[in-house]
Amino acid sequence: MSQPLLELRGVTKRFGPVEVLKGVSFSLERGEILGLLGDNGAGKSTLMKIITGVYSLDGGEVVFDGKTVSYPHHNPREARNFGIEMIYQDLALAKQQDVAANIFLGQEPVYRFLGLWPMVDKGKMEEEAQAAISRLGARIPSVKYPVGQLSGGQQQSVAIARALTFGPKLVIMDEPTAALAVREVEHVLELVRELKRQGISVILISHRLPDVFAVTDRILVLRQGTVVADERTAQTSMSNIVAHIVGAH
Amino acid sequence: MANPYPSNLMQTPLPSRAFSSLTVRLESVLVLFGLAMAMAILAPNFLSLSNFLNILLATAVIGVLAIAATFVLCSAGLDLSLGSVLAVAGVASGVLCVNLGLPWFLGLLGGLLAGGLLGAVNGLLVARAGIPAFIVTLGMLSVARGLALIIADGKPVYGLPNAITFLGQGRFLGVPMPVWILLVLVVVFHLVLSRTRFGRYTLVIGDNEMAARVTGIDVPAHKIRLYVLSGALAGLAGLLFAARVNAADPTAGVSYELSAITAAVIGGTNLFGGRGTVVGTLIGALIMGILQNGLNLMAVPSFYQQVAIGAILVLAVWLDRVRDRRRL
Repeated sequence: MSQPLLELRGVTKRFGPVEVLKGVSFSLERGEILGLLGDNGAGKSTLMKIITGVYSLDGGEVVFDGKTVSYPHHNPREARNFGIEMIYQDLALAKQQDVAANIFLGQEPVYRFLGLWPMVDKGKMEEEAQAAISRLGARIPSVKYPVGQLSGGQQQSVAIARALTFGPKLVIMDEPTAALAVREVEHVLELVRELKRQGISVILISHRLPDVFAVTDRILVLRQGTVVADERTAQTSMSNIVAHIVGAH
Repeated sequence: MANPYPSNLMQTPLPSRAFSSLTVRLESVLVLFGLAMAMAILAPNFLSLSNFLNILLATAVIGVLAIAATFVLCSAGLDLSLGSVLAVAGVASGVLCVNLGLPWFLGLLGGLLAGGLLGAVNGLLVARAGIPAFIVTLGMLSVARGLALIIADGKPVYGLPNAITFLGQGRFLGVPMPVWILLVLVVVFHLVLSRTRFGRYTLVIGDNEMAARVTGIDVPAHKIRLYVLSGALAGLAGLLFAARVNAADPTAGVSYELSAITAAVIGGTNLFGGRGTVVGTLIGALIMGILQNGLNLMAVPSFYQQVAIGAILVLAVWLDRVRDRRRL
């Protein structure tokens, strides 16, 4: 088997006297969808923030794509340069700006007006935004709509389309279905499967067990800062996972 | 798999019209024309080219300040020091040219630099020290006014060089220079706000600062640039004002920042950031200008004009809210 895309080796993190992560180790294959579960305070967010460089780690090592990752500047761009994208629960979208502007935020295509001043190429941006949405198989009435006028699921597609413009190898999604209407959940899960088809690995953080069981290949359970379960989705059961989460094992 | 989703999944009902953050509000255009038509009927001599130029001339200084207010408001910031910075820039150029006898262009440059410098102080305190913009610029409102009075020793500086007074009193092709300057600035800054990365990041920071951060935009640096721009535009407005009245007055521009913010908001700028256009702001400033001019021509006392402008401001924001509620 080829080397894994992401490998964590004994990662520890403490905030003052509290040891939030007590030596977390796991690996993620290319194109694999991993569900990350755990009760509030189990360390999921801290772990993801270490992977994306928001926090520095105290011990252990994070290896991504064969390289040990380090984030000297704690800037989200550094993680992005490695090929790691995080989609936050609140999506970090600018609601009054249109879909195209959100997808290309921070990397707008420009042309030079009179050969001098760089201006945002709106036409190209809208065209490419539409193409990005179509590649995902998502449906949005128009890329000219302000994002705030779209449904929760459509906003989620915009956030995913934005993540994909950077050509990531790993997308981390924090509670992507938590705020959605039931009929939109399936759509977002289909987008997650689409990422896998494109060879992108996904870490899915969710409290909704049925969603996790519907799309993941593997499930990792964190409890009080340690990995208490690492099981193939097809070979486990919801009751088993719940028992791990609450510590009944 | 071409279309893996049942088609009814994505058919969320949507409003018939979508308003982008860059659209000039139709309401403000309608109000502008409605008001102009009403004045044409009611006010004697309203409909004439010279009166039209009068309105533009009277709008120029507030218009330039309102462009500054638009950028800062779009980023969910606030600059209450515009009127005081205007005075500092005016007296700085007056003292440089008249008292120190420097050539006119150094006076001009000095005025702009003074404005930009005070703006930089605002920006550093907001973006780096994290003090609320309301407090920082409220402080600067007082500090800059005091500085203007100190620099000018409490009295106006008279006798500005001709090259500077030309900017306020001269004409080109029959149109007053301040009108040309305002119109050029409106075109340039309209494009900057709607068509450049700088403008778009301004709107995004005002819309959702987190979105700007996670996409790698340097938010503090951008905010500092915005306040420098705001200060420099206030400086330019100060030069225009001094040039027009042929005196650099340290008490010039008191409460102009409120008129500038009023113009921006009437023109569709979201007071809480994320939405606004410079052309919309010009329309807002013109609505105020036409109202004042028309009421003047009808010999309505200026006390009533203040009532009318305040009422229009509240009305404009109320209409905005009604429409937003219908939309969401």
